[in-house]
Amino acid sequence: MISYFANFWIGKLSIHQVPTNPITVGGIIIMVGLPLLIAAFLTYKKKWRWLYREWLTTMDAKKIGIMYIIVAFLMLLRGGSDAALIRVQQATSVGSSHGIISSSTFQQVFSAHGTIMIFFVAMGFMFGIINLILPVMLGSRDVAFPFMNSVSFWLFFGGMILVNLSLIIGQFSNAGWLAYPPLSELRYNPGVGIDYWIWSLQIAGIGSLMSGINFIVTILKHRCQGMTLMRMPMFAWSVLGSMSLVVFAFPILTVTLALLALDRTIGTHFFTAGGGGNMMMYVNLIWAWGHPEVYILVLPAFGIFSEVVSTFSQKRLFGYTSMVLAIWAIVLLSFTVWLHHFFTMGAGSNVNAFFGIMTMIIAVPTGVKLFNWIFTMYQGRIRLKNPMYWFLGFVVIFTIGGMAGVLMAIPPVDFQLHNSLFLVAHFHMMIVGGVLFGFFSGLLYWLPKILGFRLNERLGRYAFWCWIVGFLMAFVPLYILGMMGATRRLDHYQTSTGWHPLFVVAGIGVIIIAAGVAFQILQIIYSLITRHKLKDTTGDPWNGRTLEWSIPSPMPFYNFAILPTVNSRDPWWAKKYPKEEPGLQITNKEQPIYQDIVLPKNSSMGMLIAGFAFLFGFGAVWHIIWLVIAGLIGVIVSIIIRSTKEDTDYIIPAKEVERLDKQYRLEQGVQS
Amino acid sequence: MEPIIAIPSAKSLKRQEKEEKNNKMLFGFWVYIMTDCVLFASLFATYAVLHNNVYNGPGGAQIFKLPYVLGETLLLLTSSFSCGLATISLQNRSKRKVISYFILTFILGLGFIVMELNEFHNLVLAHESWRRSGFLSAYFTLVGTHGLHVIVGLIWMAVMITRVSISGLTNNIVRRLKMLAIFWHFLDVIWIFIFTIVYLLGALHL
Repeated sequence: MISYFANFWIGKLSIHQVPTNPITVGGIIIMVGLPLLIAAFLTYKKKWRWLYREWLTTMDAKKIGIMYIIVAFLMLLRGGSDAALIRVQQATSVGSSHGIISSSTFQQVFSAHGTIMIFFVAMGFMFGIINLILPVMLGSRDVAFPFMNSVSFWLFFGGMILVNLSLIIGQFSNAGWLAYPPLSELRYNPGVGIDYWIWSLQIAGIGSLMSGINFIVTILKHRCQGMTLMRMPMFAWSVLGSMSLVVFAFPILTVTLALLALDRTIGTHFFTAGGGGNMMMYVNLIWAWGHPEVYILVLPAFGIFSEVVSTFSQKRLFGYTSMVLAIWAIVLLSFTVWLHHFFTMGAGSNVNAFFGIMTMIIAVPTGVKLFNWIFTMYQGRIRLKNPMYWFLGFVVIFTIGGMAGVLMAIPPVDFQLHNSLFLVAHFHMMIVGGVLFGFFSGLLYWLPKILGFRLNERLGRYAFWCWIVGFLMAFVPLYILGMMGATRRLDHYQTSTGWHPLFVVAGIGVIIIAAGVAFQILQIIYSLITRHKLKDTTGDPWNGRTLEWSIPSPMPFYNFAILPTVNSRDPWWAKKYPKEEPGLQITNKEQPIYQDIVLPKNSSMGMLIAGFAFLFGFGAVWHIIWLVIAGLIGVIVSIIIRSTKEDTDYIIPAKEVERLDKQYRLEQGVQS
Repeated sequence: MEPIIAIPSAKSLKRQEKEEKNNKMLFGFWVYIMTDCVLFASLFATYAVLHNNVYNGPGGAQIFKLPYVLGETLLLLTSSFSCGLATISLQNRSKRKVISYFILTFILGLGFIVMELNEFHNLVLAHESWRRSGFLSAYFTLVGTHGLHVIVGLIWMAVMITRVSISGLTNNIVRRLKMLAIFWHFLDVIWIFIFTIVYLLGALHL
């Protein structure tokens, strides 16, 4: 406590905390330079007010979704650079050579890579896509709690800034993406790295928890008339499953991070090596959150594939009911497998056997889903567009990765492969091949709805082939290396191991993936330039099946001028092809009856609350007590002020809705 | 052709919208309560794992003073009762009664918090703080997290009492008071578990 008061104003901050090694400095220059460039551009174009009014303070789920996706994409580049560094280091640091970065930097690089990829890329893309499309799919104008949605996004943003700030001042965690104690305890890790990790995840995690509540209520309370649960699009089902997991799993993360923070700041003994702490409790707690987290990420990706496969096969989804059951089987079972992450802990053979068997069982509903997609394609009229490519790539990679996972579910096998590169290859095939490919597929599928034009197909195919070839080249060698005994997080090894050639192959794979990312960026830029050629004039570029394709692209800010009523699973398809699905049309009125639309007003409070939370986090990292208190008071006062605001909505009168709707339809040439 | 759906009058539409909004918010609040349940469940699990790790320090039997804790419990349970009375007055839209019952609840809750802080203070003075052992860390964190929730509830209650006295029982305020009542009863339930699992079983040296 005494040292706290001595450094009342700046805590542990000092100028020596700024890094000097050339690679980190290069990273800093890019990370500071890019926002500065954008800021300069905005000032030059006098766009600040526009940015503030249209984007930063928005309550529109679609815009919040786009902001999530932009942040996630930037973080994909950051996490990808970390991945490239890891590969370069492992390809060059052999024998007498020690590679390009020191081992302490290397530890921070792999910790940052994992943390950023899971929390700020995968979670960001997931919440982005859900925000973009879920309310529209349900035939609704907005999420249940638009203001809370904005707070969630800004908390996510605040956590993201905190992670990246660690590069500029201080250092990041060196204890891996889950920071196991005792390594992450104060005694062995006195720096601020672990604290950066704790507080960025805590802030972003609370945002995720709020999003979870928001989307559950949206799905259960915001469906349009006639949309019973069993008529929901499969994506909505998968989001409901995933968000239920968020609601049950994220509080465990909140507690675990808080306990570690207490250990580090006020000297409790939860996970310490002495003093009656129990460090294996941390591993149990973090995986009781961590394993459901994997399914939190992959379920929405499954939902996306369900939509994509059925649209591009022009056929109804095969086995709808079994898909729903499979989702809920996965939701339940995902809480009964966490121990397979540490079979080597020594829990005894019976415990290990139970968790091994449960792990094998959870592969069954996943298999059911995979077969259902393949049966959906069977006898369908398949069109091989970009989103479909990513689906097919997913089937191959996810199956290989999944088989490796079932192999490792056998405890004796796991004892051999634990913490080896075999495991690294396995979970990258699940997370990249399953989650990321799913989100890419979803973005290519739904972006026309948001942007009003399709993306260039040819560049998309190049990107896909680079990704898939590069990905297999980067990760198949890791399976072999893992079998040969190479452990994860190695920054140096001897020539006699014979691993070097395979590490070089994996390194080349990453270069090819980088080319794929470059093609993706090129695809976006090129499509933006040639957007008139690719313009979506119908609102339904893929011959879609669900409600989002029944409105113009880009979507009007109120989504539906008249809220739809549905009486089938694929209402838009049924309306287009009444002969194919007799008696299942949207009961559209002959004369549209426009009504007043109530929408939430913009508010800067979301930004403000998250801003104070960020200051709180920064103060907690550096032990700046006044900043912690100020941040906390700021959060509480902002919430109170917001809660006393009564006029949070505005109304678009029916006449205006009619005018806007007619104008939209005229502009887009949509046949109503 | 006749329209399929009759256009509802502006007034009935507004009432329906209000009701939908209230339902939605209350449901969302229940989901939040569920997440808080999981949070406390994790802390209880932590306590269960660590409660024997006294590390040469005192165990529950040495530090828990059951009569004192019973006093705390009675204060909190009574506050829950008066909160229930406030909810009944809320149904009757009696502004004066709502305010007075919530003030009573606030005072009882404040009494609970003061007693708890005093208990913590005495333990720290006796060098039996959270730094002493894994057991004490888990004890302080579990009970303290509950206390923190009570403090949040008290702040919320103070804000709501002020708002009721200024703007009366508007729709938004009534809805928030209902949420506050749910929150307060939830804290009561959690306390009953703490009283049983931490204090009673601890004092019995189990």
